[in-house]
Amino acid sequence: MTFNKRLPAGLIGLSICLVAGISVDARKNGDPSSQAAALFRQPISKDHKAEHAVNRLAFGPRPGDIQHVQALGIKKWIDLQLHPQRIPENPILEAKLRPLDTLNMSTAKMLQNYPTPQQIKEMVGGKIPFPDDPDKRMMVDRLAARLQGKTEQDISLPHAPKLTSLLAPGQIQVLRAGTAQQKLDLFGSLPQDRQDQVLESMGQGMRGQLFVAAPPALRRRIQSTNGPQAMVAQDLVEAKLLRAVYSGRQLEEVLVDFWYNHFNVFLDKGADRYMVTAYERDEIRPHVLGKFEDLLRATAQSPAMLYYLDNWESMGAQSTAGKRRQRGLNENYGRELLELHTLGVNGGYTQKDVTEVARCFTGWTIQQPQRVAEFEFNPKMHDDGEKTVLGVRIPAGGGIDDGFKVLHLLAHHPATARFISRKLAMRFVADDPPATLVNRMAATFLKKDGDLRAVLKTMFDSPEFWSRGAYRSKMKSPLEMVASSLRALNADLDFAFGLNNQLNQLGEPLYRKAEPTGYSNSGQEWLNSAGLLARMNFSVALVNNKVPGVKVDSAPSSEGVALGSPDFQKK
Amino acid sequence: MVGAGAAPLWLERALYAADATSPRKKILVAIFQRGAADGLNIVVPHAEKRYYEMRPTIAVPRPSQISDRREDAAIDLDGFFGLHPALAPLKPIWDEGHLAIVHAAGSPDPTRSHFDAQDFMESATPGLKATPDGWMNRAMPRADRAAQISPVRAVAMGNVLPRAMRGSNPAVAVQNLSDFQVRNREASGAFRTLYADSQDPLLQAAGRETFEAVSLLQSIQTRHYEPATGANYPKGRFGDCLRQIAQLIKADVGVEMAFADVGGWDHHVNEVGARASQGQLATRLADFGQALAAFWLDLGDRRQDVAVVTMSEFGRTARENGDRGTDHGHANCMFVMGGGVRGGRVYGKWPGLEPEQLYEARDLALTTDFRDVLGELVKVQLGNRDLSQVFPGYTPSPRGILL
Repeated sequence: MTFNKRLPAGLIGLSICLVAGISVDARKNGDPSSQAAALFRQPISKDHKAEHAVNRLAFGPRPGDIQHVQALGIKKWIDLQLHPQRIPENPILEAKLRPLDTLNMSTAKMLQNYPTPQQIKEMVGGKIPFPDDPDKRMMVDRLAARLQGKTEQDISLPHAPKLTSLLAPGQIQVLRAGTAQQKLDLFGSLPQDRQDQVLESMGQGMRGQLFVAAPPALRRRIQSTNGPQAMVAQDLVEAKLLRAVYSGRQLEEVLVDFWYNHFNVFLDKGADRYMVTAYERDEIRPHVLGKFEDLLRATAQSPAMLYYLDNWESMGAQSTAGKRRQRGLNENYGRELLELHTLGVNGGYTQKDVTEVARCFTGWTIQQPQRVAEFEFNPKMHDDGEKTVLGVRIPAGGGIDDGFKVLHLLAHHPATARFISRKLAMRFVADDPPATLVNRMAATFLKKDGDLRAVLKTMFDSPEFWSRGAYRSKMKSPLEMVASSLRALNADLDFAFGLNNQLNQLGEPLYRKAEPTGYSNSGQEWLNSAGLLARMNFSVALVNNKVPGVKVDSAPSSEGVALGSPDFQKK
Repeated sequence: MVGAGAAPLWLERALYAADATSPRKKILVAIFQRGAADGLNIVVPHAEKRYYEMRPTIAVPRPSQISDRREDAAIDLDGFFGLHPALAPLKPIWDEGHLAIVHAAGSPDPTRSHFDAQDFMESATPGLKATPDGWMNRAMPRADRAAQISPVRAVAMGNVLPRAMRGSNPAVAVQNLSDFQVRNREASGAFRTLYADSQDPLLQAAGRETFEAVSLLQSIQTRHYEPATGANYPKGRFGDCLRQIAQLIKADVGVEMAFADVGGWDHHVNEVGARASQGQLATRLADFGQALAAFWLDLGDRRQDVAVVTMSEFGRTARENGDRGTDHGHANCMFVMGGGVRGGRVYGKWPGLEPEQLYEARDLALTTDFRDVLGELVKVQLGNRDLSQVFPGYTPSPRGILL
């Protein structure tokens, strides 16, 4: 690489990573497992440790990060990352998150303030309350007017009036071809109500141009013009990318992403669109360094998960509700709880266990998913008979406690300890982590009552983590690739709309993995031709300031090549 | 994904040139309808009284001779089955004898989970989650000489490689043909060198595979693709995918198998609108049928080389539910379309819809394992006779769908 001397600090060290190849090369010669095992016993040099730690515990280094970690001491930095509350949050991040108001709303509040066309109709019909916020009330009123006369079946928004009926030809010309400032000035000179009408009547291109020039508050109004419900997903994605790039509590962000994918929920499944914000914020984030059972219980009782895996509709066929509605058991959650959330596919359970677990969770439902969206145990749906789960008898008449017993049993099961430990080691150490390490992590898991911080500590203290088998052995996920690129270039992320489009191209639309497996922890999953080309094109676009919302200080084009290079795809 | 084992083939091979004369390949196109399409409303058993009893509000009406009702009625195929009216564009292909249907087909695994069932269908090992690779990857015939293999031998439309194509044989994912390149020429050269020099064998192989495919596709990217006259692909992703697959086939770049998927079939509510020609299913089918018909027309004289097979992870309940929809079921229908297809017939034993004939008293029972259909295609269309390797633990029995 001839352009090394011009690389920013964050990219230095890439050329050293020839080591990465050795691990795979070695497997081709001789006995692969013993060769790989040997690499996990060979320590990396002291000089590589800080870089390795930042690549694995964070979304890659910013310029100066590696030196900072070295100066602080690697052990101390890791300990800090394991206690994120001791790290003051980056004020730049806090300022950028502030306008994203859905992030702090309850699901019910979001439904009220960012309603779907269906909900707007219900507001008009008096079935649910209008938004309190006057600006949002105005928006809803205007959309309601446009929806008037639409049938129940067809609630798509009709076309807005033509722009020529709202503005003079000269004004339209400014919006079409003026400078960014002229556009903002003209727009600002209109009365608020007219502004909103104009936004609705603009074509995609014109609206996009105004969007790019607009300050954050106006951007939100532009985005919510054609469907306020889209703001919820937009804020989520925006916040995830902002945090990955800016947060000082990097390990926490890595873990939130890890556990979100472990307990994956698909944002685009019906009512889940409004439930995911609270899910990630209230059920996942507070527990990522806590006890596994707490995390498991939180997800089990979350409307997002209950809806996603259909448990909210599952009922005992002989229960009061089951008999009345001629409905019965839905095994979807029961199966994934065992297979994906706890024991793992080879965790020693049977189809009978799946059914029995599903019976235990009958009645775990959601109070009015489209309005209240809170967890509720409904005894009328519950199968109150005796059950046997993994050989443990759960006596009849337990009610809601049946489910809690199952979760407790699973959270302390040795198969769960191994499955979770291996998955964490896959994320942080290597695609195929050594069993010796997984066993020690699982032992910690069982000894410390599923304390996830302790399990991570066992891993970060292990020789395997600091070995040549781990160092630069993993391919970055698209999210990691995108976030580490911005961090390496010290880029400014103003809004994440364009970046999210790039992530879609790279194959990881955030919060939109339809399968309950979540996005893969295995780096190899991301290796394919369309993905590689998308990474190369993203890198070049980023450096040339062609990704809307992201600003990079004049960088030589060789940096684009560095970001798209094979070395930068590894961590 | 590329296995390290594939590397020697690539080293030997001369670049597969777009303009070189090559023997015309037989091509298999697999289409996955994700979300469990409702086979009973797609190929309608209109002679079954029980069908109408179980679906009082969402059944597709019996074929009608009255012209103003025809667009809401099944299109009769053989006096027993009929096509959903939105699939009218496929009827001429049926009439020509190039479209076959297999009904009551699918995976024998009892799961009603989309995720598991798709996984099982793509690995073609129902019930076995540990299978590392997909059936299409395993189905690629062993080449005698490396030079016979095109870099775009196996192409999936999309930005991830589907499970069906993953494995040790090279396969490329193409999101968009015209954009399958590094847009910056200078950077492209630099990337090519960096990947060629990479010490990571997986990235090196993937890079080489990618750039060979890019080189090969360059010549066809610059030309504007004009589908054959009358081939009107519908707007949207699925039509785009099929148009690009046709473009690849007609460009003679060595494609042997292609994969596209199309989602949106999970109709638990409002599957059918006020009339059969309305509602979610009709909308999906209109897109589906129009895209397939355009593809067929577009292929022109390449039809004799191509076979298309469609599948969906499972069918839907025989009875409609309380929301004008259907829930997860069992057996489904598959389409097989191609120049070498004995079409104009519905294959498979019809299990009937009486309560005791239904699977678990609720779903269409299965009489044809999907691997029987795929096995015949792998053997006859791709010429790969080693079916035990493609379908481990199962011996497909051909149904005589292909000539």
